Amino acid sequence: MYRYDQYDQAMVDARVAEFRDQARRRLEGKLTEDQFKPLRLMNGLYLQLHAYMLRVAIPYGTLDSRQLEKLADIADKYDRGYGHFTTRQNIQYNWIKLEDAADILAELASVEMHAIQTSGNCIRNISSDHFAGAAADEVVDPRPYAELMRQWSSFHPEFSYLPRKFKIAVIASEKDRAAMRLHDIGIRIVKRGAEVGAEVYAGGGMGRTPMVAPLIRDFVALDQLITYAEAALRVYNRYGRRDNKYKARIKILVHELGAAEYTRQVEEEFAHLLSVGVEPPLAELERIKAHFAPPPFVSSEVETPFEQHLSTILEANGGQGSAFGRWVRRNTHPHKAPGYVSAVISLKPAGGIPGDATSEQMRLVAKLARDHSFDELRVMHTQNLLLPHVRIADLPAVWQALDEAGLGSPNMDTIEDIIACPGLDYCSLANARSIPLAQRISERFAETGRTEVVGELKLKISGCINACGHHHAGHIGILGVDKKGVENYQLSLGGSEAEDVSLAKITGPGFDEDGVIAAVEKVTDVYLAKRSDGERFLDTYRRIGMEPFKEALYG
Amino acid sequence: MKILTGNDLRSGAVTWWNGSGWSLFVDDAVDVGKDAEEILAREEAARRVNVPYVIEASIDAAGHVRPAHIKDRVRALGPTVRRDLAVPTAQKTGWDWVI
Repeated sequence: MYRYDQYDQAMVDARVAEFRDQARRRLEGKLTEDQFKPLRLMNGLYLQLHAYMLRVAIPYGTLDSRQLEKLADIADKYDRGYGHFTTRQNIQYNWIKLEDAADILAELASVEMHAIQTSGNCIRNISSDHFAGAAADEVVDPRPYAELMRQWSSFHPEFSYLPRKFKIAVIASEKDRAAMRLHDIGIRIVKRGAEVGAEVYAGGGMGRTPMVAPLIRDFVALDQLITYAEAALRVYNRYGRRDNKYKARIKILVHELGAAEYTRQVEEEFAHLLSVGVEPPLAELERIKAHFAPPPFVSSEVETPFEQHLSTILEANGGQGSAFGRWVRRNTHPHKAPGYVSAVISLKPAGGIPGDATSEQMRLVAKLARDHSFDELRVMHTQNLLLPHVRIADLPAVWQALDEAGLGSPNMDTIEDIIACPGLDYCSLANARSIPLAQRISERFAETGRTEVVGELKLKISGCINACGHHHAGHIGILGVDKKGVENYQLSLGGSEAEDVSLAKITGPGFDEDGVIAAVEKVTDVYLAKRSDGERFLDTYRRIGMEPFKEALYG
Repeated sequence: MKILTGNDLRSGAVTWWNGSGWSLFVDDAVDVGKDAEEILAREEAARRVNVPYVIEASIDAAGHVRPAHIKDRVRALGPTVRRDLAVPTAQKTGWDWVI
């Protein structure tokens, strides 16, 4: 994985010193909150309902064990023994004191981490496919390109005060595991013949006005990728609205101009920038790529076919139907190297808080990464963790350790694998609580054994219209609203953030907490009654439409 | 009744105006009535508490100060999903009080 060079480290260290001075002046009363707020936000420090909240960037979700152990130490030393992994592959601490914030940033800097650009109207953390560098279906590892974009976007002087926040995702496979087209800019690395380049999508997003990003360029040569991104940002920075924050995201500009006109302007700017020469030298990309060289996979199992090898391991450990077997079937993902899989660590125990991990759990995962995954870890936008490179032969030991720590739930992409924002339990923007719904739904389905019966069903819950819980992209989405001071929940169906991207549609009038949980059960009842062989919930919904579900809910 | 609340500058903890200073316990909050704006201006200038603001509240049947809006009731007790992290007030009021 990428390691800081002297420039990266110097930039981060300088920012820590700068923030330490700013925080000191605030604590001494020399800065007002109005003066201090933009400064703390530039360093990821929010003020939430109960305390300050620090959001730490995890570029493209990649971590090593040393970094995760540092995150665990910070949780113990400065917070309350846990952290919350977010839907953009970051981690948040909920109980931070202002007087500790600079010390925390210094501790992060000691392991090549920071909280820069995790808030504010700038380019946020670059996200990516959590299986990057491991997935059997990827064209290339997208992380070097994500890292190049991280370096380009960090402290970019022209893009430090954009009309609104700006989110970029980079993937490199047909499967979209990063909600790429629901980002301000989405990049898919592709191959055209032997040449590798990028498709560029612009103007996607969730929030109060969800949009799926249209394709604006079907192939950008990789030695022009930064130039093209710069052109796309420049047009947005120049013409994006600054008079109304609800219309300031790039999706509104692209929608109002039309994708064709926006693209024309980007192409014009691109041609201009090519003549200026803003692209970093290819040598820099090559330097970055060297950090992402594949680990030294053991090839002794290459001669054994994958399925046969896996079958042998399963039979020796209780078979397909055992807890281990269910976990392997549900939580492992095909790997590009023979004899390996990627293993998803569920942070969604039935009845648990989605995305929360204790410091002890973090340390265990760090140890497993060190012992079984070449010291690599990933944070998934689904609020889970991932060991990207696990030998099939190591799976029983990995699973046993996870299970003993409450991390072995076999529920990836099931109705228990709920994405939920912090909601009104923590967030100052929220209108309703999200987490209690997730807890009750996962518990209900786990208790009744319906999780496996229902199969793949992505349920996503947001506590307000900002949609941090991705409810627009849920097969089932739930949005919490404030109805005259009382929590109320709108149900929506048919969303997807994958390669079959679509936006969910609202079923009808909202429900109270008990009502929306009952509604989720009714919706799954309709699915089970109507599904054809092999159909996921989403497939059935698309085939039969909204009406049967509405009939069950309101009929 | 009208009460004042904000977040402590140093710790970020939720605080309530008790008539002479800031308390961590909502039950200590006092009715500021028509003096709200004057106290807010003075306290903002003092810079001990972040963005203090005035809210509506009532005294419930058990004698507890109960903010009118659910958001401030969650602030008063702590996250409903981590009762182990609640402020001690929660032990007196019970969690049904939030909803």
